[in-house]
Amino acid sequence: MYKLLLCFRYLRTRYIALASIISVMLGVATMIVVNSVLAGFTNEMRDRIHGFLADVVIESRSKDGIRDSKAQLRQVRDAVGEYVEAATCTVEMPGVTSIDINGETYTTPVTIVGIVPWEKAKVGPLVDCLASHNPTTENGEVLPALRSPDESPGWELTSEAAEWRRLIKEEQEAVLRNEGLLDPSAPIGTVPPGVDVSAAGEPEIPEPPIFDEPETSVSDVETPFDPVDPFSMYESAGSGIRKEPHEARVYIGEGLVSYQVRDPETGKLEKVTMVRPGEDVTITTVKAGRPEPVSFEATICDIFRSGMSEYDSQLVLMNLEQLQQNRGMLVRDPETGEIAEDKITSIQVRLKDYANAEVVVEKLKAVFPPGLVTVRTWESKQGLLLSAVEMETAILNVLLFLIITVAGFGILAIFFMIVVEKTRDIGILKSLGASSRGVMSIFLSYGLGLGMVGSVAGVCIGLVFVRYINQIEEALSWLTGRRVFDRDIYYFSSIPTHVSPMMVFCVAMGAVGIAVLASVLPARRASRLHPVRALRFD
Amino acid sequence: MAQTVKMTIPLISAKAIQKTYTTGQHHVRVLRGAGISANEGEFVSVIGQSGSGKSTMLHVLGLLDSPDVGEVLYEGKRIDNLNETARDLLRNRVFGFIFQFYHLLPELSLIENVMAPLMIRHSLWNYWKQRREIRQQALEILEKVGLGHRIKHRPSQLSGGELQRGAIARALITKPRILLADEPTGNLDAETGLEIMALLEKLNVTNQLTIVMVTHDEAIATQAHRIVRLKEGRIENAVINKAMIATAM
Repeated sequence: MYKLLLCFRYLRTRYIALASIISVMLGVATMIVVNSVLAGFTNEMRDRIHGFLADVVIESRSKDGIRDSKAQLRQVRDAVGEYVEAATCTVEMPGVTSIDINGETYTTPVTIVGIVPWEKAKVGPLVDCLASHNPTTENGEVLPALRSPDESPGWELTSEAAEWRRLIKEEQEAVLRNEGLLDPSAPIGTVPPGVDVSAAGEPEIPEPPIFDEPETSVSDVETPFDPVDPFSMYESAGSGIRKEPHEARVYIGEGLVSYQVRDPETGKLEKVTMVRPGEDVTITTVKAGRPEPVSFEATICDIFRSGMSEYDSQLVLMNLEQLQQNRGMLVRDPETGEIAEDKITSIQVRLKDYANAEVVVEKLKAVFPPGLVTVRTWESKQGLLLSAVEMETAILNVLLFLIITVAGFGILAIFFMIVVEKTRDIGILKSLGASSRGVMSIFLSYGLGLGMVGSVAGVCIGLVFVRYINQIEEALSWLTGRRVFDRDIYYFSSIPTHVSPMMVFCVAMGAVGIAVLASVLPARRASRLHPVRALRFD
Repeated sequence: MAQTVKMTIPLISAKAIQKTYTTGQHHVRVLRGAGISANEGEFVSVIGQSGSGKSTMLHVLGLLDSPDVGEVLYEGKRIDNLNETARDLLRNRVFGFIFQFYHLLPELSLIENVMAPLMIRHSLWNYWKQRREIRQQALEILEKVGLGHRIKHRPSQLSGGELQRGAIARALITKPRILLADEPTGNLDAETGLEIMALLEKLNVTNQLTIVMVTHDEAIATQAHRIVRLKEGRIENAVINKAMIATAM
């Protein structure tokens, strides 16, 4: 009883112990806040990677692809049909996009993914990543969604995009007319041959050629392409202003068409958009079969915004058939014009229950020849990125735990001081019949109490901080005058957090453990004090 | 009321005690074969100059320290060689201590200080079961020493005399058989010192409490039945205080 009483009184009266409690409390609160925010970010990131990738991905080893998408899908359904919710075929290919702005051409390496949007939407949340289906935050303003989130994604332009295209084309025409490059009497939509209008707006590129035969090269068809002078295509093709959108349509990654600059006066980040839906972009990639370059124009019909900068600055989602056609991956029936055979590079599969992913992968591996394709879950496909995040979290945790360890050393020092200060009391207790173990347990329970009070306070503060993190961020932003968490950078409307009860328990128990461990040495010293020497201590 | 002083087997005795303290390379021989005994109900005072070894003798008797040579007997049985747990038990149940500087625990109130030995004796569960009785017992003892109105005060709020009476109450709560008092009046003014001595005398007479008191004050020492004089770690003489025995009779 006396142990508890004294321990409680020491906790109440030794204000120096408050320093230990505060250090434990701060350590615990910091660990909870950082872990919760990190877990929130990680979950968001996993969701986003997973959302785009689907559960299981079958990829051809060659970029030439595998034949007959329907047969491949049938094979998937036959092998693992009972586990599959939805599956879709895609073509993935590295390429280059070129955007002309004020006579300058901005060229960026990209990954072109040919998709059927309404099928892709069934294997992952595609709609969530399309700007027109979601409210947009632009320079602090929230713009409403142009399409309903329930609407199935497709390749049609929104009325806003169509209007924007009309305006920009009219402007280009007006510029040409003012400069006398266009006959005022000529009907709209024509430009004299040999006039390069790329400086005034966009070059008019004819319809993408139909590459039914893989052997057919680009130069054989409409657009002559000289590998020595790639720009010859624009000059020789003649120029005109095409008001109709191209057959090839793309959802282009947000990072490819916009960038952010910090206003030197206000310090705020502002988004600069280079091209908008409705405008055209030139895409260059390599044909299947022989590695010959192929270039074509595509109309942007939406902006792809997953929140993963890796995707948003790299991906161009395009209509599958157009990509297959341009890459010579389609064989059409010469008589009917119907697709006789096609090639795809990957199949994305969504499972009814992701817990069966490994079983599905094994079964698919048995069905598909290993030399032809790889079968992986989304996690193993993005293993490097995920393990990097896990490593980051682990290192951060080790560093943060060092804070609590430092607090532990603080407890050790303070306890030694308290033992010295309480030496006479220890002598008194021993003269009253207290055992060495009893004296030791006073200080051990003191350490335990200190750790528990610090941990409980830390857990409370940490949880409250996590609960109101957005309000705290707003208050800090208001105080400092600068945005602490810029929504435009992270694409989050609020700071994502995820509190794991197990993490909170482990952090709190770790802190209590360290506090008890730190009190062992001073407690041992106290228990070994000689009663007479302790009583005579000044 | 007549008092009988049993002279047969001493309740507590220390025989041929030798004790040397070592500080670095410096050795101090504090006790050089001194012996002392007290019968049940006897009031013995140990007198001597500073450094004569009287406090050390008291600590050895009360098992707070161990002799280098010699033995301590309780009811004729040797107790100085017992293990630590048995010694702790004897300190809690048989001995009561009073110190010159009172040594009350500053974090506890007066009544908590008085209850402390019983808190040490009982497990948490047993203490909880008996908490009301223990508190009542402490209150009664504090009333007896005249501190019934100061129970919630902290030691820092009490005077020297009150502190010493509180220390006596703490020593008495375990109903000890032997009270070991180390200069109980050494830090008090003459008048308060006399009050404390009167209290000890009363306890000795009414409760048959065996008291071994260390003092350097001749006047205080003469209140005891027997006066043992220590000099340089040896017994110089032991005098039976006939006057006191007569008074007691």
